[in-house]
Amino acid sequence: MNIDSIKNGVVIDHITAGRGMKLYRLLDLDGLGVPVAIITNAPSRKKGKKDIIKIDADITVDLDVTGYVDPGATVNIIKDGAVVEKKNPELPLTLKNVLKCKNPRCITTTEQELPHVFRLTDKEHKTYRCVYCDTKASV
Amino acid sequence: MKRSVIDITDLTKEEIDRLTDTANDIINDPEKYAHICAGKKLATLFFEPSTRTRMSFEAAMYELGGAVLSMTDAASSSASKGESVSDTAKVISCYADIIAMRHPKEGAAYVASNAASVPVINAGDGGHCHPTQTLADLLTIKREKGGFSGLTVGLCGDLKFGRTVHSLIQALSRYDDIRLVLISPEELRLPDYVYNDVILKNRMKCTQTTDLLWALPKLDVLYMTRVQRERFFNEEDYLRLKDSYILTPEKLFLAKRDMIVMHPLPRVNEISVAIDDDPRACYFEQVKNGKYMRMALILKLLRENGAITY
Repeated sequence: MNIDSIKNGVVIDHITAGRGMKLYRLLDLDGLGVPVAIITNAPSRKKGKKDIIKIDADITVDLDVTGYVDPGATVNIIKDGAVVEKKNPELPLTLKNVLKCKNPRCITTTEQELPHVFRLTDKEHKTYRCVYCDTKASV
Repeated sequence: MKRSVIDITDLTKEEIDRLTDTANDIINDPEKYAHICAGKKLATLFFEPSTRTRMSFEAAMYELGGAVLSMTDAASSSASKGESVSDTAKVISCYADIIAMRHPKEGAAYVASNAASVPVINAGDGGHCHPTQTLADLLTIKREKGGFSGLTVGLCGDLKFGRTVHSLIQALSRYDDIRLVLISPEELRLPDYVYNDVILKNRMKCTQTTDLLWALPKLDVLYMTRVQRERFFNEEDYLRLKDSYILTPEKLFLAKRDMIVMHPLPRVNEISVAIDDDPRACYFEQVKNGKYMRMALILKLLRENGAITY
């Protein structure tokens, strides 16, 4: 399968197979209106299989969201057809307006203007909890 | 610096120890504290009814010589017109030096504390946190047992939904050499996240049982909570289990002579009234201690915010 290389844009590589669509959704790439290619289950020497997202536009990718979905992914910035910068996102300490608290008793359910904020409470188990009500985020 | 208390973990162990010292000093010499807050105002914002907690805060402020602004009925406040918690907190900050707030939604006090320019004390946010109840519990244990080390603390009843239990376990986890005995029906066992995140993480010694009679002789402290009918999936289970967790004089006969019985109140029938006169019954003392700890906390937060000096 061939997908053209991009000249100016972003390639998110080494995404754990199966997480590409989730990352696409959380980065809200659908709403950008630019060409985006998602490759799933591509062969990988390291992981066996991986997902890749190619964005054919010079945009800033939210590293917190990328790190939350897959801290093993790499974000490559492409300029004039060459990789000019490689970023390795880490598990973010907080996530703002990425996830929604699903606790019906949480204050965010009645106060619509409040940002939905989650904090990392257990790095090992990748546990995020709502800063308002401590409800665990469903990953 | 403005400081709020939303969760018991907002206070360090050392701070809690100092608060209990202050509370003890207030008990021993109330006159010394009777005018410290003269000219200062506490606003009690209660978006849901809670007579005893509100009165405890108000009594605490009056006994410090301060005044109280009280909102007891959310239906007649701006909240009923759709005002946000943040806006309410900002407005009340213009009138009061400190706010005690109860709200049915979890996290409401945190939102208020971010918006207010004065300290906010969480007086209960839904089923989430109620830190001043935990402070009352800690002072009661400390006064009655002289400290925390070496104690075997039994927590009995609804350990699944009881926020006071979760918060007390969290607070006790900071002290060394405490043994917990968790006594509840299978249906109401402590949630895994509390067991794993607090008990296992802090390597607390802990036993879980369904048998109150087995546990009673081992305990130095028995913290009772209510087993509520609505927590059970079926009526049969409730009827089968409800009497197992009612403390009666006959059951108390099995306990140590110096064990103390605590309860966050209100009780329904889980502690027989026949026990009220037993010297081991501490639940009304616990209510009194709640007021003293609230006084100590109000003093601490007002002082840190530069509103008073003492």
